[in-house]
Amino acid sequence: MDKVRVIEVKQSVFADNNAEAERIRRRLKEQKTFLINLMSSPGAGKTTTLCRTIADLREELRIGIMEADIDSTVDAETISAAGAKAIQIHTGGMCHLDAGMTDQGLQELGAENFDLVVLENVGNLVCPAEFDTGAAKNVAILSVPEGHDKPLKYPLMFQVCHALLINKTDVLPYFDFDMDKVLEYAHMRNPDLAVFPVSAKTGEGFPAWENWLREQTAAWNGGK
Amino acid sequence: MHELGVVFHIIRDLEAVAAENAVHRISRVTIQLGEVSTVIPHYLTDCWKWAAAKNDLVAGAEMVVETLPAVTYCEDCGREYPTVAYGRVCPHCGSERTYLLRGNEFLIKEIEVPEEEPHG
Repeated sequence: MDKVRVIEVKQSVFADNNAEAERIRRRLKEQKTFLINLMSSPGAGKTTTLCRTIADLREELRIGIMEADIDSTVDAETISAAGAKAIQIHTGGMCHLDAGMTDQGLQELGAENFDLVVLENVGNLVCPAEFDTGAAKNVAILSVPEGHDKPLKYPLMFQVCHALLINKTDVLPYFDFDMDKVLEYAHMRNPDLAVFPVSAKTGEGFPAWENWLREQTAAWNGGK
Repeated sequence: MHELGVVFHIIRDLEAVAAENAVHRISRVTIQLGEVSTVIPHYLTDCWKWAAAKNDLVAGAEMVVETLPAVTYCEDCGREYPTVAYGRVCPHCGSERTYLLRGNEFLIKEIEVPEEEPHG
């Protein structure tokens, strides 16, 4: 009775997600759609940053936004009001998006009709960093009130990112936030990280960030 | 609920493995988890019990978690040390030029399948 057979699997749990993410990236490359995975803590200013970016770039790029939240549609409504097509992805309680959920969002949005698609991930510095969504580039936002030690506390997030926005520079005078230290810590984890201090409220620093976005989009989409 | 999402990934992987091996029921799953994989074994097995019960392939299957030690290598003195005890700073020479050799694994090692009576 109760005889069992052992089957060796030896497979990474993330293998299927990584494979799906690669498939998404290849398809987006063919479609000439540049997908960004935008990550941060709750309240760092992802939606506000997106609204300003959309307002500045909407004449030159066709921009679509996918808002991921555990519940509610408030972010998608805010983005729609800013003038970009937005859809809401509900994660159903999950703390991050994986490639499968991203793919569903891309289909619903009709990603092939956009030059630039931004996936606004769930506000969380831990879990989203673990899952490849299929995005061409990862971007994180760290806001001044969160403190300059975050790259030390959440190293993986800063390792997987290609660009980092340091948001809310308008409140720098009120916080003990050390800009040199945050650069040092972030580059310790990721020497190639592009860092842009910005204020989504005043627009300070946005030209440099938007130039990066423009160049990266053009490079991915083949220059046109 | 990171672990819950991870459990769904495991079940999806197991469905693929089962299809490849013509398996209809799994009675035990062995996971190998590095000490610094960020997955907490206790949460993982709790989520597993909840999610596995809802899937015919793995309903009632036991999950066993094997822990793999995390080891960091120091580029300056060339020695290895246990990551959990000392973090990123080498206890031998104090250097911060270190990197993780192993310990972030998250693998499905093997499954156990009840032997089925040969069909007709």
